[in-house]
Amino acid sequence: MTYFRGVIFFMEKLVPAKERLLKSQKNWMNGEVRGKIIVFICAIIMISATIAITIFLGTKGLQSFIKNGVSLIEFLTGKQWNPSDQAKPQYGALPFIFGSFTVTFLAALIAAPLGIGGAIFMTEIAPSWGRKILQPVIELLVGIPSVVYGFIGLTVLVPFIRVHFGGLGFSLLSGMIVLSIMILPTITTIATDAMSSLPKTLREGSYALGATRWQTIRKVLIPAAIPSLLTAIVLGMARAFGEALAVQMVIGNVKTMPHSILDASGTLTTIITLNMGYTTFGSPENNILWSMGLLLLIMSFAFILLIRYLSSRRKI
Amino acid sequence: MRSLKKLSLFLIIASVMVVAAACGGGTSKDTTGGSTNKGTTTKEISGQLVISGSTALQPLVAAAAEEFMNKNPKVSIQVNGGGSGTGLSQVSQGAVQIGNSDVFAEEKNISGLVDNKVAVVGMTAAVNPKVGIKDIKKADLIKVFTGQIKNWKELGGADQKITLVNRPDSSGTRAVFNKFALGGATPAEGITEDASNTVKKIINETPGAIGYLAFSYLTDNTVTALSIDGVQPTAENVESGKFPVWAYEHCYTKGQPTDLEKAFLDYLTSSDVQTTILPKQGYLPVTKMQVERDAKGNVTKK
Amino acid sequence: MNAKVADRVATGVFIVIAFIIVSVLIGLFSFILYHGFQHVSLKFLTTPSSNMSAGGGIRDQLFNSFYVLFITMLITVPLGVGGGVYMAEYARPGRITNIIRSCIEVLASLPSIVIGLFGLLMFVTLTGWGYTILGGALALTVFNLPVMVRVTEDAIHSVPRDLKEASLALGITHWHTIKTILLPSAFPTILTGGILAAGRVFGEAAALLFTAGLSTPRLDYTDWNPFSQISPLNIFRPAETLAVHIWSINTQGLIPDVDAVSNGSAAVLILSVLLFNLLARWIGSLIHKKVTATK
Repeated sequence: MTYFRGVIFFMEKLVPAKERLLKSQKNWMNGEVRGKIIVFICAIIMISATIAITIFLGTKGLQSFIKNGVSLIEFLTGKQWNPSDQAKPQYGALPFIFGSFTVTFLAALIAAPLGIGGAIFMTEIAPSWGRKILQPVIELLVGIPSVVYGFIGLTVLVPFIRVHFGGLGFSLLSGMIVLSIMILPTITTIATDAMSSLPKTLREGSYALGATRWQTIRKVLIPAAIPSLLTAIVLGMARAFGEALAVQMVIGNVKTMPHSILDASGTLTTIITLNMGYTTFGSPENNILWSMGLLLLIMSFAFILLIRYLSSRRKI
Repeated sequence: MRSLKKLSLFLIIASVMVVAAACGGGTSKDTTGGSTNKGTTTKEISGQLVISGSTALQPLVAAAAEEFMNKNPKVSIQVNGGGSGTGLSQVSQGAVQIGNSDVFAEEKNISGLVDNKVAVVGMTAAVNPKVGIKDIKKADLIKVFTGQIKNWKELGGADQKITLVNRPDSSGTRAVFNKFALGGATPAEGITEDASNTVKKIINETPGAIGYLAFSYLTDNTVTALSIDGVQPTAENVESGKFPVWAYEHCYTKGQPTDLEKAFLDYLTSSDVQTTILPKQGYLPVTKMQVERDAKGNVTKK
Repeated sequence: MNAKVADRVATGVFIVIAFIIVSVLIGLFSFILYHGFQHVSLKFLTTPSSNMSAGGGIRDQLFNSFYVLFITMLITVPLGVGGGVYMAEYARPGRITNIIRSCIEVLASLPSIVIGLFGLLMFVTLTGWGYTILGGALALTVFNLPVMVRVTEDAIHSVPRDLKEASLALGITHWHTIKTILLPSAFPTILTGGILAAGRVFGEAAALLFTAGLSTPRLDYTDWNPFSQISPLNIFRPAETLAVHIWSINTQGLIPDVDAVSNGSAAVLILSVLLFNLLARWIGSLIHKKVTATK
């Protein structure tokens, strides 16, 4: 009896242990599957968010062309903007399209060298203390709300430009300066990541060949990092493109084409923010604003396709 | 263990969302239903009101709502902005109970709403103080805004170039100003800004600037309010109909207001609000107006 | 030009660039703090805001800002980290990965105003919630998510390959390796990226204007039941955040002390970001030390 009991006891002890072993193995497998499911769900959510916004903006934005009979040619090339006119509304958005593009490129022109320069300073020139100072600075710049940028621009920059450069002060120049500061953190952060993720062997190889630091940076590091650097600039430009509240306060929001950098201008986003609240859903003047939103979306698609093309050519 | 923790976190978030969604939907229905029942039988009013629309009217309605909630502790009123167009759209969709607007719903081609005029706002042209003029003829004002007069010198002011500060095309303020101060003329192109405080700041800081502001923003000396054809922009002149540039502030409801809505709208037009909160914010009491205006702009004596 | 001189000149240029960036920040900060600090006091932080009279504070707005940020992060961080892991570890190069990557970049580059309007129709009108904290948080998630994904992906890529290979060589499954090796070593980088994202959420106004609304109901801070109407924790109430408050009083505010309140709010806002930043850094290094057992 005792022998049997002993066997049973032994079996009891044995089986759970085996089960536990199996279980833990199963758990591992489950973890693998579960993990995969979780990350797949995340990916699906992102895709569906993009698709939802695209469909949503697409249907809203096309209303004005389909339902209200606005001519697409007029929208893209017309210079007269007067959608509130009851008798003869005009929907020429060219000045705003031009304004958006101009102010974005000008801002990138300032922010890109500054941002990439800052990134190189952090990774190549002074990796220890430079990074300790610049990194928090960049992060804090992100934390300043665009409204505050706008108001500092309005109180400091606009009068400064009016007094020292002439014009009204409300100008492409003001918009460009405010925007370049706003997109600086985006460009710097991504550029820094790009530079610091380059393999150490690249630098060491170059130095071993007797190249100076500048030669290494110019001939080895920047060409190696160029796709990511371009991504940094494009994402910065995308942010500049979409910025509304700060630009609105300094750019003047006129409906005419700017002729110089000191002229006031308007952008797609500022016109959307200024008019969206006053128009009623479904009215032609509201729909045309959604068309402008769709245009913004198409432009960011175009930007990304462009960068895809560039980076695929650079990568060997 | 860790993956379990993570999974449970997801579950918690998901369940919180679902439960909260259910509750959120449920409570608002319950309370509005309750308000109609209770309001009629007992005197105590309860329920929830959501108001959205005109950003200009928002501070006034919010202040009144605060007082109203203090008097009726069971009432909860949310006052949101969004703009007149948003308010009108949302109230006609039924997303909110009251839609605030600076313009007649007819002007935005929306019908089927009940108009409740709660206040009057007067507005006038305002110039940079250094321009040096205080009074302008209507004909000259039109010339200034259409770009026929380009320097203040021509009107006896300082030798400064005129800078226009406009409102966005779809703005109610712009529509009223164009209609009643500029006689329907279309203003020339100029800096466009939507927010009254920003407009005021720009006029104050830009030499030779002219724009238009509601009386509520003309309380200090940072900008000079202009008289038009010798009529001063004062509350009395608007009330008597002498000063033509003014507009109603509307609170629209979809169909006849329910008890709670009616109670709140009555409170807004009660002498309590009309004589205390309204003037403090620079609005004119709608009850004191001696003239009346319809959606087409025809003015009649009361 | 001799290579050494060129090197010196280039170094000089980079130092000047760094100097410009730092001085821009110092200029902005001292401007904001100088103008704002005269108005910041305990009373300012603890009184509710006022619609008409002077002397209003920012108590509710401050709480709302943190609460909206918290809810947003609660949604974004798991999703973003998961997405980033997918992009870094599971996505095979190919058309689908390309599409996902494009989606991420498009989401990242969407104008916040467009997201706000999308949120208005989606989370406010379509769901019937009205202006809510949850709607605001979901709208913010839309543009915060791609940032978190990118940050996570980069962070995982920057973990030395050897670590991962050693773990796989020990027979540990892929997911287990991600969980126990990659994510912990990538954690400090993810955290820093998270702070950056949080900073943007904190200062965002355009998207919240249309989703979380411009008002805050009366709140009772002793009521901790998240389903109560007057509880600050209720995610189905409208909430005006600090950045939106700055925007709204600057644009339409009728209170006599607009400048004081907006400057004070701006100072509080960037100080919060600063504090938040320092705290997160400190926690990040603490965890890094604990996980990697390095000093």
